[in-house]
Amino acid sequence: MAVKSVIEAVREAIREEMARDPKVFVMGEDVGIRGGVFLATQGLAEEFGNDRIIDAPLAEASIMGIALGAAFRGMRPIPEVQFSDFVWPSINQLIGEAARSCYGTHGALQVPMVIRMPYGGGIRGGLFHSQNVETHFFHTPGLKVVAPSTPYDAKGLLKSAIRDNNPVVFLEHKKTYRLVRGEVPDDEYTLPLGKADIKRTGSTITVVSYGLTLHYCLEAAEELASEGVDVEVVDLRTLTPLDTETILESVKKTGKLAVVHEDNITGGVGAEIAALAAGQAFEYLDGPVVRICGPDVPTMPFAQTLEDAYMPSPDKIADGLRKLAAY
Amino acid sequence: MPRKRTTTTQAADANGARAKSRLPKGLKNADLVDYYTRLIQVRSIDERIWALNRQGKVPIAASAQGHEAAQLGSLLAAEKDGDCFLFPYYRDLALKVAAGLTPAQTMMSFMGKAGDPYSNGRQFPLQGADLPNKIIQISNVVAAGLTQAVGYALGCRMAGEKTVVLVYFGDGATSQGETHEAMNFASIHKLPVIFICENNRYAISTPKTSQMAIEEFSDRASSYGFPGITVDGMDLVSCYEATREAITHARSQGPVLLEMLVERFMSHTTDDDDRRYRPEGEVERARERDPVVTLARTLIDEKILTQKQVDAIAAAALKATDEATDIADASSPPDESGLHDMVYSP
Repeated sequence: MAVKSVIEAVREAIREEMARDPKVFVMGEDVGIRGGVFLATQGLAEEFGNDRIIDAPLAEASIMGIALGAAFRGMRPIPEVQFSDFVWPSINQLIGEAARSCYGTHGALQVPMVIRMPYGGGIRGGLFHSQNVETHFFHTPGLKVVAPSTPYDAKGLLKSAIRDNNPVVFLEHKKTYRLVRGEVPDDEYTLPLGKADIKRTGSTITVVSYGLTLHYCLEAAEELASEGVDVEVVDLRTLTPLDTETILESVKKTGKLAVVHEDNITGGVGAEIAALAAGQAFEYLDGPVVRICGPDVPTMPFAQTLEDAYMPSPDKIADGLRKLAAY
Repeated sequence: MPRKRTTTTQAADANGARAKSRLPKGLKNADLVDYYTRLIQVRSIDERIWALNRQGKVPIAASAQGHEAAQLGSLLAAEKDGDCFLFPYYRDLALKVAAGLTPAQTMMSFMGKAGDPYSNGRQFPLQGADLPNKIIQISNVVAAGLTQAVGYALGCRMAGEKTVVLVYFGDGATSQGETHEAMNFASIHKLPVIFICENNRYAISTPKTSQMAIEEFSDRASSYGFPGITVDGMDLVSCYEATREAITHARSQGPVLLEMLVERFMSHTTDDDDRRYRPEGEVERARERDPVVTLARTLIDEKILTQKQVDAIAAAALKATDEATDIADASSPPDESGLHDMVYSP
């Protein structure tokens, strides 16, 4: 096993799946010669040629629509949205068309397509290079949504997503790309979509998160451990399908639930998980469900002070968990 | 293929009859009889579904009346070629039915019954996919099908196939950004796509003059570097000929834009009333060039069919429509237990 970064794990997954299946191809802005602005596809154009690593015109709607059409023909396209903030011009093709294609043809059409996009903030990206977009896809039946937090998960989940016969939105938190490193097996492996992972076992509080903030939760859990609070950290890994079983089991064990994400609090993933706990683990809860999330402002601003004010941090999470533990 | 051509000089004379002995390459009298028969059948169905709408049995319909020559002429060329895939739009009733549906299947789709071949009652009539007849139309979002069609052509090329993709849209869709994006990408990659604009000069009520500042939409093709042809969309043979040439060009050299000038005989849909926005007498004048009438006249004048045979075709179509209506009316709607099926593919 070698220690790798998230971006390396993503690149390996794409390369392995392209070598495995000639139907897999990548299309996006600057993915070819440049190897992607984050270098997710570095070296792949040389290895697989420009017919399978396609530098698209700077036009997201057609990147998505063309990928979708190719998927109808049985290809396995991986359209890359350079930053999640740029997905909006393509949103009809993704939410309007791709998500409804199987249902709207009563299963005649499959959409084996993985829409990769770097997302999230904490990198001084301002309003248009920091957006959290997951709720829009989480809300849309017909899409699967994956948001890994570690290199191991990113690689195994991306390989499964590419082999899946449905449109999968694959969210890669851009701050984790090089910051988060971890062991990745040398041998072939995949991880199933729809399975959460308990990244830290504990008995007093369940905290559910994904992506970058998952790591902040682990830091906060360490801090609380020194204060005698035993926090269990559940990494969703996949937002859709949501692993309700793992969440509920953990909540039933600890009796206290906090959900942490960087996306806006209102109507977010946390709201759904809170409703899940209220609906299916009501008698086990001995405290209010706490959400430690991004505030309801459009995105984290550019100025450091304002970005910090927006972002959940280990300290903010620890504070929230401390209060919940004392409830 | 020339970069730009306009063939709007009417192939038919003032009475609607085609000049004699002008059947283009590859077309036989039997093809005209076959397509006339299909035309009469789809017109019969088209008229019936409007009546069924007024009876409360068909919730919504968009008529193809006036567009049939464009739709069937291009379909004839696609069928003759044998390796084409179609991405129609919502007004392509004639195309979709003539491509291989039975009248009963068509009626089941319009009534939202189980057995609707496009979506099993989930979508508007004849919307979804009819893969046995090589047709996909996912949505009503105009121009969304254009980029998908281009992607389909890309997928075919990757699979080593020679398929030519025909994608259809109205003049309203010419204003969408995705129309530009699709044409641009198709041209960059020289993909075998034929963009067919059925231009009836109305996007619901909005006239062409509020949609574009140019006379002919086909002019836009030159900015992408591929041929743009404007053709008389009321003449089935002209549409066949233009599409046949376009297929040959597309397969060897890349995209073609065909603008087919058609007339919309009916309101936008069964929910619209075009008397609010169309000048009086416009539709009546347009109907003088009704392909149902002009093609019959050609067949009789050319002594391909007798009036008696033409009448018999019409009678058979009406009977088939009657029977199909009864079958669809008596058939079951989809069971509500299927609501959750196929949100995801296995």
